[in-house]
Amino acid sequence: MTPAADVATPFFVEGRGAIAIALLVVSAAIIGGILWARAGGRVKVRRMAGLDAVDEAVGRATEMGRPILYVPGIMDMDNIMTVAGVTILGRVARTVAEYDAELEVPTSRSIVMASAREAVQSAYLAAGRPDGYNPDRIYYVSDEQFAYVAATSGMMARRRPAACFYFGCFYAESLILAENGNAIGAIQIAGTAETAQLPFFVAACDYTLIGEEFFAASAYLSGEPDQLGTLLGQDVAKAVAWIAILGASVAGTVVAAFLGAGPVADGLAALRQAMGGGG
Amino acid sequence: MSRSMAVLLASLAGITMVLSKFIAPLGDAEVKVADWFNVLAAIAFVLGGANLLKMNLLAISARGPGWGYSAVTLCAFLVTLGAGILKVGVPPAAAFPAVPFSGEKDVNGSALWWLYEYAMSPITGTLFAMLAFYVASAAFRAFRAKNAAAMFLLATAFVVLLGRTYAGVLATSWIPHDNPWVSWLRLENLSAVIMSVFTNAGTRAMIIGIAIGVAATSLKIMLGLDRSYLGGAR
Repeated sequence: MTPAADVATPFFVEGRGAIAIALLVVSAAIIGGILWARAGGRVKVRRMAGLDAVDEAVGRATEMGRPILYVPGIMDMDNIMTVAGVTILGRVARTVAEYDAELEVPTSRSIVMASAREAVQSAYLAAGRPDGYNPDRIYYVSDEQFAYVAATSGMMARRRPAACFYFGCFYAESLILAENGNAIGAIQIAGTAETAQLPFFVAACDYTLIGEEFFAASAYLSGEPDQLGTLLGQDVAKAVAWIAILGASVAGTVVAAFLGAGPVADGLAALRQAMGGGG
Repeated sequence: MSRSMAVLLASLAGITMVLSKFIAPLGDAEVKVADWFNVLAAIAFVLGGANLLKMNLLAISARGPGWGYSAVTLCAFLVTLGAGILKVGVPPAAAFPAVPFSGEKDVNGSALWWLYEYAMSPITGTLFAMLAFYVASAAFRAFRAKNAAAMFLLATAFVVLLGRTYAGVLATSWIPHDNPWVSWLRLENLSAVIMSVFTNAGTRAMIIGIAIGVAATSLKIMLGLDRSYLGGAR
């Protein structure tokens, strides 16, 4: 028997206990929120200007007789932002179907194209306009980031969409797309969780959904109790995080100022390390 | 039925991925699921290629605005595909000198390598370089001092930008750097404080919200509460 075989492999991955507890707390808060909403509990959702403007943008495009561009980011369906982007596409497509406007969805991944087609077709069916659905307007361009941007920007310059929606995962192409949209005078609404791209969208778009707002958009647009319940759960989870941060900060300050080394300091250091903190 | 199956598969894959982060024997599940996804994506690429052909052929036959670009796209697509599949200019591998097509498709000197080095790479670089102009035009609009908040933003941006240049360091070099009461006023220090305290605090707040949003969205998918990405409501 080799020495390595004597060492039993632990069942649980070491050092991830605190993360597991945080995950359980967040999950419990979200499931609790869903159950609360299902039981008829009131869920107050603040107005989100960016999402309220969807109707206005689609209406404007309809009046002008120009298409609506929807970009679901440049990543594949294994990215949660792309999934959220396709979900929002379904909601936007329903409004587009009701207005009988024209929707254009260039995609940079084949699976995203297939998924977007399903979502849009379903939206047109739900709106009672199955004949208005045109699968050719949801098409694949290229997996290459800048090839996709060049094709989409060219399409924007030629077809001049009156409304542009950017919901998904974006990198350097965010500013190129948003600036081109700005140049053609389109109403632009963007949403992403890529924090590095948010300033570009804020600078170039009319409305931007920042971070968590992007993930809340689907629930907001659906208005379903289950979906709204998740928003309540998210707020509860944020409150827990807020209390934990405040409590740990106060405890850390007290320890540093008055107590010095000891069991409390050791506990705080262990917690800090478990949550991925340095030093 | 097929949609329920898809939801079940998505839930199983999602739960396995989460558990693999905490349960050691499931450690390689993440890699395996990612491999499955890559296989699916490779199959789906055929769908994408067929769609690309169809859409561009339609555009050329309709002679609509920009049909010339479609022709260029089709030519580039077919030439690249042919160069890759037929391994044009690829010598046999050293281990199998008598076997044609045994070399790597993108070896130095091959047609595919040439296309990448002398067409793809410069075009991509050109587009990326254009970002500088887009940043300038976006910054011009964003930093217009039209109200108090915009002026504050402009002043902060000015300090951060200047603090990261030699000119900024030189401009406040007369402030003693060894006096803690005034050294923070040096532009490079002020810039560092803005980035590491104010910007960092705001970014972290956003990241916490995003993490909780990701957890909520994932949970909705794993519980089958949100199926709209598959084209159906609940």
